[in-house]
Amino acid sequence: MAILSLQNVGYKVDTNEILKNINLDINENEFITITGPSGGGKSTLLKIIATLLTATTGEIFFDGKNQDEYAITEYRQQVSYCFQQPSLFGETVFDNLSFPYEIRQKEFDEKSAIEALKSVNLPETYLHKDINSLSGGERQRVALLRNTMFLPKVLLLDEVTVGLDARSIEIVHEFIDKIWKQGVTILQITHHEGEIKQANKIIWVEEGMIKDVTTKR
Amino acid sequence: MSQLSVNNLSLALAFALVLVAVYISNREKLGLTKDIFYSISRAIVQLVIVGYILKYIFNVNNVILTAAMSFFIVLNAAYNAHKRNPNDHKSYFNSLLAIFVSTYVTMGVLVASGSIRFIPSQIVPISGMIASNSMVAIGLCYRNLNTLFKNQRQQVLEKLALGASMKQASLPLLHASIKTAMQPTIDSAKTVGLVSLPGMMSGLIFAGVDPVRAIKYQIMVTFMLLSATSLGSIIAGYRTYKDYYNEKLQLRIK
Repeated sequence: MAILSLQNVGYKVDTNEILKNINLDINENEFITITGPSGGGKSTLLKIIATLLTATTGEIFFDGKNQDEYAITEYRQQVSYCFQQPSLFGETVFDNLSFPYEIRQKEFDEKSAIEALKSVNLPETYLHKDINSLSGGERQRVALLRNTMFLPKVLLLDEVTVGLDARSIEIVHEFIDKIWKQGVTILQITHHEGEIKQANKIIWVEEGMIKDVTTKR
Repeated sequence: MSQLSVNNLSLALAFALVLVAVYISNREKLGLTKDIFYSISRAIVQLVIVGYILKYIFNVNNVILTAAMSFFIVLNAAYNAHKRNPNDHKSYFNSLLAIFVSTYVTMGVLVASGSIRFIPSQIVPISGMIASNSMVAIGLCYRNLNTLFKNQRQQVLEKLALGASMKQASLPLLHASIKTAMQPTIDSAKTVGLVSLPGMMSGLIFAGVDPVRAIKYQIMVTFMLLSATSLGSIIAGYRTYKDYYNEKLQLRIK
């Protein structure tokens, strides 16, 4: 059974049709890359899956249930969206890594947070580091950890490596690969050649429609 | 004891002070002349009407009429606070609730403690003082909340995407707005007597009351303004931050 199923999904702003009749089944633990020209509707599609936008037509099913049947917060904790250029909040890395615990009303687990930092090549001392002193690559890594402190079922990545240096891109790739191997379904938007190859299914979105789906054997 | 000696002639002569403002506006090309005359005319008309209404209410000394006048002040203050909310999805009820509760809880304590009596000459002016200060604080809270939702839109979106509730995503903005709303009252409490001799105290001294007695009233006013602005801004803030979200827990602000 598909973990996510999009049926006739469309999105319109006034008369401008941004997405048209999207039908897509995503199986559990698939690694999917969505690519295509800019302005084709890729980010809109991901935001609709994340419930940050509401489709004007069609339905989305997650784990066999209509998206509308879930409490929105519960759904977003399971289908987690990571922004292209994330903005960290609070003052320190701690404020960001403790937030997922706060929203689940759980006690912060410092040991797990330190382990998580190490998994993206950031030392333990970074836990209390001022967010303003982080580089772009470090910020993106902290943002990714924020999304994965509690593993979601689906991780939506919106061009998360854009503007990063080669070393940071490599670390992010390794981290995403590790998350995927832990059973998380990955849906990433990218134009990056290496990332396109990383996926086991490639979806080409253009002019608001799925133009091509390539599955790797 | 000094007596107030404002008569019609002295008022007419004091009008020269308005001409100073008009002169500055003209000389500096501020374009405020029309606005100055309009505001002065409005103030005179409003005060004359209120003067006669208050005289009537004080003479009648009726409990229902006193309560009605106080409620009329609250309704007006709520309307003005509501107008200061830049959010398109605002509700008048939120402002009314905030001003109603902040005014009457504060006044209830004052009446219950015997600080003021339920007579029109005390209830009506005190209602005005509390409601107007609450109105200013609520207006500040609204504007600041709107600015923060615009400036920190991305951060709020990210919190929502992580699965935060409306309250969890908005809490830092809400706290900052309530703080901004209460700050002027707290600051003025710090400098009262040192920098300014505020309204109630000045009025009493002006009317010849012993300054040592006048300060007791001012201390009471300081207490009541702190209570009114904190209650008003907390209620208004907690009621209105939800207006920034739609039923799908998405931010309405673009």
